[in-house]
Amino acid sequence: MQTLSRLFGSNAYRGFKMTRIHSLVAAMTIAGAFATMFADPALAQDKLDSGDTAWMLTSTALVLMMTIPGLALFYGGMVRKKNVLATIMQSFAVCCLMSVLWMVVGYSLAFTDGGSMNAWVGGLSKMFLAGMGKDSLTGTIPESVFMTFQMTFAIITPALICGAIADRMKFSAMLLFLGIWVIVVYAPITHWVWGGGFLADDGVLDFAGGTVVHINSGIAGLVAALVLGRRQGYGTENMAPHNLVLSVIGASMLWVGWFGFNAGSAVAADGAAGMAMAVTQICTATAALAWMFAEWIVLKKPSVLGIVSGAVAGLVAITPASGFVDPMGALFIGIAAGVICFIASVKVKHALGYDDSLDVFGIHGVGGIVGAILTGVFAVEAIGGTAGSLNQVLIQIEGIAATIVWSGLASFVILKVIDLTIGLRVEKNAEIEGLDINLHGEVVQ
Amino acid sequence: MKLIVAVIKPFKLDEVRQALTELGLQGMTVTEVKGYGRQKGHTEIYRGAEYAVNFLPKVKIEVVVPAKIVGKAIDAIADAAKTGQIGDGKIFVSPVERTLRIRTGEADADAL
Repeated sequence: MQTLSRLFGSNAYRGFKMTRIHSLVAAMTIAGAFATMFADPALAQDKLDSGDTAWMLTSTALVLMMTIPGLALFYGGMVRKKNVLATIMQSFAVCCLMSVLWMVVGYSLAFTDGGSMNAWVGGLSKMFLAGMGKDSLTGTIPESVFMTFQMTFAIITPALICGAIADRMKFSAMLLFLGIWVIVVYAPITHWVWGGGFLADDGVLDFAGGTVVHINSGIAGLVAALVLGRRQGYGTENMAPHNLVLSVIGASMLWVGWFGFNAGSAVAADGAAGMAMAVTQICTATAALAWMFAEWIVLKKPSVLGIVSGAVAGLVAITPASGFVDPMGALFIGIAAGVICFIASVKVKHALGYDDSLDVFGIHGVGGIVGAILTGVFAVEAIGGTAGSLNQVLIQIEGIAATIVWSGLASFVILKVIDLTIGLRVEKNAEIEGLDINLHGEVVQ
Repeated sequence: MKLIVAVIKPFKLDEVRQALTELGLQGMTVTEVKGYGRQKGHTEIYRGAEYAVNFLPKVKIEVVVPAKIVGKAIDAIADAAKTGQIGDGKIFVSPVERTLRIRTGEADADAL
């Protein structure tokens, strides 16, 4: 990918503006105009790069750590004690379920050529990872590493949604919803942006998943929160986090793991990865401070939950931008993400009255949208091959809108069907007594 | 014999234990409790959601002492637990009819 980008120049083919390597796979199938350039076997055949491979093996482990135990602890600490095991169980079970579904069909739908349907979804040629051998390469790394790296993204995206439905959804309904969701929503949207689908063709910039992961999970979370309804006692009972220390540990693991998420999305151990790491750190720290100061001014105290929430908002917002902006851009994105996500989660949510329990929409949805738009503003040509412009902002908005429409619509339909069949919510008494004992037969003393 | 029950601020527990030990008392029972008095509760805010917390964490001490030192014991607890701020707690005293040390069978004053 890196070599081909240089060959083609930044504007030869819009899909190559993406630093993601999978644009290459898709582009090769449709780039008839460039057939002569691929004719040279020396260029067409990538060779395994051990440095790239080593970094991607590491990144894969880092991104897995974001979900288990990072997200599990982040969410687990924020719920009431009677629901901590159920909440941690969601992340862990989603990790297992998505791994299997990604192996069975998800990877194929996201990253293979979909023929006449390629703009919308990939094909089934790699179901059960058919044809993926020890020597299969994706760019300069083994396909096995690339597939597993992408698997960890397919794990964390649905796991994020669990924050919106915390404290009240049936475990069975959650597994069914997210199992269908990863195939019907996540895999196609991944294909649109990274697998050579229509958003890739249109030139949407999403380095590491601002659209694919965060807007997607944020919207699905919002829809799920609305369909499920508020928790019993919302607004009257004390729903304070039972252990913010767990949440701080979890958020910190998310932060560290995010270096694999963003710098790993360079799919190489190179300057792009290094810059992605630097801007991730800068934006995250800035957003954490921005949230903290906003809260300090508005609510009079700088809270621990506030600063870690701001950090996550910053991580989300820099995700689409991390291969395209410079440190100054990261600073501005951090300020915007911290303040806007603070307003969304602390003010707007309460004003509108929906119960997105752990602020999946307020942080991931809103942060993802802020990041996606500002990527179009602050992109620097010397870094990612594209300069920020009004036109690019409009392209970014197209990506946001497409994701909102499909994720929102499909999530709504899936949830409604489950509600009419097995039901979404636990019994009222079970919810009041706690999910741990009622769903899992265990409690934390 | 008298039973002294004192509800105090949790961070004062060690000072109270030390003061009672200096009086020669050889044991006490401690429980983490929640409650409210004149201090009422406080307000917590998490991402803009305000919760009024009515029951504050306190520590309850139970100690049985010979009647003749009950005055000293009460003073020791009160001195050690006092901050002068609202929420310092309360002390209750009531009579005890019998005491038995299970291991040896010793009774009443011998069992304290």
